[in-house]
Amino acid sequence: MTNDEIRALILRELRRIAPEIDADTIDPSVELREQADLDSMDILNWMIAIHEKTGVEIPEADYARMATLNDCVSYLSQRLK
Amino acid sequence: MPSLGADMEVGTILQWLVKPGDAVKRGDIVAVVDTEKATIEIEVFQSGVIDRIVVPEGEQVPVGTLIAVIRTDGEVAAPPAPVAVPTPPAPAAPPVAAPKPMEKPTVPAVSAAPPHRLRISPLAMRVAVDLKVDLSKVKGTGPDGAITKADVERAAKAAKEAPAVEALAAIAPAVAKAPPARPAAAIDHHVAMRRVIAASMARSKREIPHYYLATHVDMSRAMAWLQSENLKLPIANRALYSVLLLKSVALAVRDFPEMNGYWIDNSFRHSDAVHVGVAISLRKGGLIAPAIHDVDKKPLGEIMANLRDLVKRVRAETLRSSEIADATITVTSLGEQGVETVFGIIYPPQVALVGFGKIVERPWASNGMIGARPVMMATLAADHRASDGHRGGLFLAAIDRFLQEPEKL
Repeated sequence: MTNDEIRALILRELRRIAPEIDADTIDPSVELREQADLDSMDILNWMIAIHEKTGVEIPEADYARMATLNDCVSYLSQRLK
Repeated sequence: MPSLGADMEVGTILQWLVKPGDAVKRGDIVAVVDTEKATIEIEVFQSGVIDRIVVPEGEQVPVGTLIAVIRTDGEVAAPPAPVAVPTPPAPAAPPVAAPKPMEKPTVPAVSAAPPHRLRISPLAMRVAVDLKVDLSKVKGTGPDGAITKADVERAAKAAKEAPAVEALAAIAPAVAKAPPARPAAAIDHHVAMRRVIAASMARSKREIPHYYLATHVDMSRAMAWLQSENLKLPIANRALYSVLLLKSVALAVRDFPEMNGYWIDNSFRHSDAVHVGVAISLRKGGLIAPAIHDVDKKPLGEIMANLRDLVKRVRAETLRSSEIADATITVTSLGEQGVETVFGIIYPPQVALVGFGKIVERPWASNGMIGARPVMMATLAADHRASDGHRGGLFLAAIDRFLQEPEKL
């Protein structure tokens, strides 16, 4: 997967959980949790969706490494190698 | 048209998921209905065969209106049996308590920026995402030009036949750039929901003599246990600590029957079943507290699966009719919003609400030693007509006790 594909996948799954999110206004360097008003349940559902689509097993301890959109893309692209 | 709450007067059929001739069984989702507060999936209470659909998609009808006819086994199609999708959501197995309001709210909702989006049903939105349809090019044929699932599917089919579409990325912008002049369904819900919350909470404050209690709970054992359990589990099975809270409340309330049930007609009606309402806030403001059924009897994994599914569907606006009608006690956890204490407002006709604040690290003295522990404030708002502070205090203490032995939950 290219980084653009990963980014599209992340946003698509995020919109499934929070349909009102505007992908255009998301700042890729600011914490998604804050920007999208996600709680721990949203985060978990989102991680599960990403896991289902990519097969990447994300340990709880790594959630912190996926705080922003940019973080997510780089974390997943590393894990997908 | 089933009643999905005491305040519901009308409902709009957004979509039928069955057609005449389809066999249905109890619990199947047959239609999607728009109420003032949310979009709800309607479950059927009777097995049989759909004989005919009476109310078409897009039409708004009062509660109690016949919307479809179901033929039960053995009946002949000719004179259609008057078995409709039930009026009050309870005919199949008469529960102890009368059906009650759906509106939920325990705490003033944090309001968000006004939503601006296309007029589209949540279902159609999901289909659009799945089929990668550019919504800016879809013409809505639903009520007030709303985009329906059928519109999306038609557009998807047309797109397939036409040359390549810039699919994916187009979805989000299309939604975001919808002309603000078009009022979104979400705004209607938002206004209506505020009204419903206002009515319900004003009634609670007017009628229920609340008393409030609070106690600190040491969460170190519960959190350590949960962490070690989660380490062993694949991501899809991991639990959040809220599940421990829900189960503790459900187990504790078994010994405090006066906290579990309804105050109806000047008397308390206890419920044997423990259906825990979970206050779930919506991003656009407002909240709904659908119930997880029989929490006291379910293992943690199952409660977690129920909770996960519920939150997802509340936020995606696809609740089922049975879930919003029958909580016997409510739990609100405002920890996510960062506050330490929540003083709940009871959701009538229930008689108790348990609140949990954020878990914070605090100095904690135990056995003559002071250490830092994760500590959480548990609160109880209870109806003084049904119980007294002494029993309320014991109830909170019982919840605390269960949280000290998480492995037994």
